[in-house]
Amino acid sequence: MTGSSDSPAAAAGPFARLRSPIAGLLLLAAGLLLLPFAVGELFGQTWVRVAAFAALYVMLALGLNIVVGFAGLLDLGYIAFYAVGAYLYALLASPHLGIAFPHLFPGGVHLSAWIILPLGAVLAALFGVLLGAPTLRLRGDYLAIVTLGFGEIIRIFLNNLNKPVNLTNGPKGINRIDPLTVGDASLTRGVELFGLTLPGPHLHYYLFVALALLVVIIGLRLQDSRLGRAWVAIREDELAAKACGIDTRNVKLLAFALGASFGGIAGGLFASFQGFVSPESFGLLESIMVLCMVVLGGMGHIPGVIFGAILLTVLPEALRHGAAPLQKALFGQVLLDPESLRMLLFGLALILVMLYRPAGLWPEARHRRELSSQ
Amino acid sequence: MSLLVEVRGVSKRFGGVQALADVSLTIRHGEIYGLIGPNGAGKTTLFNVLTGMVQRDAGEILFGGRLLDTRTPHRVTAAGIARTFQNIRLFANMTALENVMVGRHRHGRTGVLGALLRDRRMRTEEAAIRRRAEELLHYVGIADQAERLARHLSYGDQRRLEIARALATEPKLLALDEPAAGMNDSETAQLRTLIEGVCADGVTVLLIEHDVKLVMGLCDRVAVLDYGRKIAEDTPENVRRDAAVIAAYLGTEVQDG
Repeated sequence: MTGSSDSPAAAAGPFARLRSPIAGLLLLAAGLLLLPFAVGELFGQTWVRVAAFAALYVMLALGLNIVVGFAGLLDLGYIAFYAVGAYLYALLASPHLGIAFPHLFPGGVHLSAWIILPLGAVLAALFGVLLGAPTLRLRGDYLAIVTLGFGEIIRIFLNNLNKPVNLTNGPKGINRIDPLTVGDASLTRGVELFGLTLPGPHLHYYLFVALALLVVIIGLRLQDSRLGRAWVAIREDELAAKACGIDTRNVKLLAFALGASFGGIAGGLFASFQGFVSPESFGLLESIMVLCMVVLGGMGHIPGVIFGAILLTVLPEALRHGAAPLQKALFGQVLLDPESLRMLLFGLALILVMLYRPAGLWPEARHRRELSSQ
Repeated sequence: MSLLVEVRGVSKRFGGVQALADVSLTIRHGEIYGLIGPNGAGKTTLFNVLTGMVQRDAGEILFGGRLLDTRTPHRVTAAGIARTFQNIRLFANMTALENVMVGRHRHGRTGVLGALLRDRRMRTEEAAIRRRAEELLHYVGIADQAERLARHLSYGDQRRLEIARALATEPKLLALDEPAAGMNDSETAQLRTLIEGVCADGVTVLLIEHDVKLVMGLCDRVAVLDYGRKIAEDTPENVRRDAAVIAAYLGTEVQDG
């Protein structure tokens, strides 16, 4: 009858499972450390970049998961916060401001990444509140439409803010962005360590994975707190949450702000990694992609969201690189353009998952258990 | 007995319907106060006005001698009024224990920083929240259901869980909106014992109920609403004999009995 209370692992909470098998954690750490070498050897250096991007998307998806997964607020404009972080980084670590305001900033602004990234988090959080405050009474479809508009507004601003003063350089974007540096070492150039050559993508991968792990821990701790419970309560029944004494306005704004700040940091990392930002990286499709990672993986379930983010980063790349050679091998020529095939298969996968696994590929265990005990 | 709640001249209109017309009533400390009336009499509206879910057009509400801030529900909860809902509103995908822990929200102070650092204060607070929530589940008699999702509890247990969640806010006044709706006789009897226990532990109870037998047996005083007006407010015995009430609502049943 009560299938759960007699199992000690379930009663001890989510951390018991993480802490006890230290061997598992060490294995995970070794795996993450060796991954870029294995991937680089097997599939080529581009795949190390893909792995680094996967870590970036994990950060983004976990940020959106706070808003959508925990608090249940459907946000279709999340990529705007990524854009805010990316452009802030681009402006504060490139010659661009020197071109736009030669007297004010001769040579441009070149702040350290470790100053810009926290600034980006704060600025994105402010934008999160800016989006959250007027939409507090909205839910579901209505909120989705407003957030979609917000995302587009930010992108269109970036696209057009090259006049009257050239702030964003319009559709051409901002290039020559400073690489990330740790101490004196530039991550782009790579370093020699103990006779081992670590090229740029490897270093970025390590940094992004470390930061993604930090974001995972933050997500887990928030979830398992008074605040996390309040978010889920709002998702489940906002009126009842109010009746429980939760100031839903503040708690929702906090969800928007925290979720956005993750996006802001990821955006800054993206800008430095690419060395170039332009508005077209921050379109609606990107927002939807991140949302898909959350929904497909298992809304509100952090391991599921991580899985979703990795899957949806790697799968399209695999289709992009694999589709043309595969067709050549099978038919002797490329029948379908790999790019359109990619979207076709992607759409098909989404439909199948929603039909057969509506709660996501990896939903919360207790939900599964409850469903199966029915 | 001193007064806990004073409702003074409250009115509320929805479009062309006068849901509440100049309603005044008083609830004393430590009593079980019943609110009855035919369907559409304005009971739930009065409830919603009192708990800040609906904004009144006129009148004022005093709680513990002070003007009650009813601008938002969470302010009302902070003042010490907790409620349940006519159609149960639990957090369906949270466990029973988590539901009650949410009720402890206003007694915690952990913010973002506390949650991230998991310092000693946060962990102590979290343990206290959990302990109190477990106590309350035990109190309402569903301790064995703690780890089950709320939506998988039986109907009667869901009602009990909602009461436990409301009690978790440590209210001075517990407002129950038709708690016996849909319950069978034995469940109603258990509910009655629970409500009496809550009252004995010092929480004043306001009860909306269709089950007249339950109200008459349980309440110290009863108010009767009809078409948005209060037509009687007295002990159950006197209300039972009140001509206006008989005419409006109880009708033949009282004469037969």
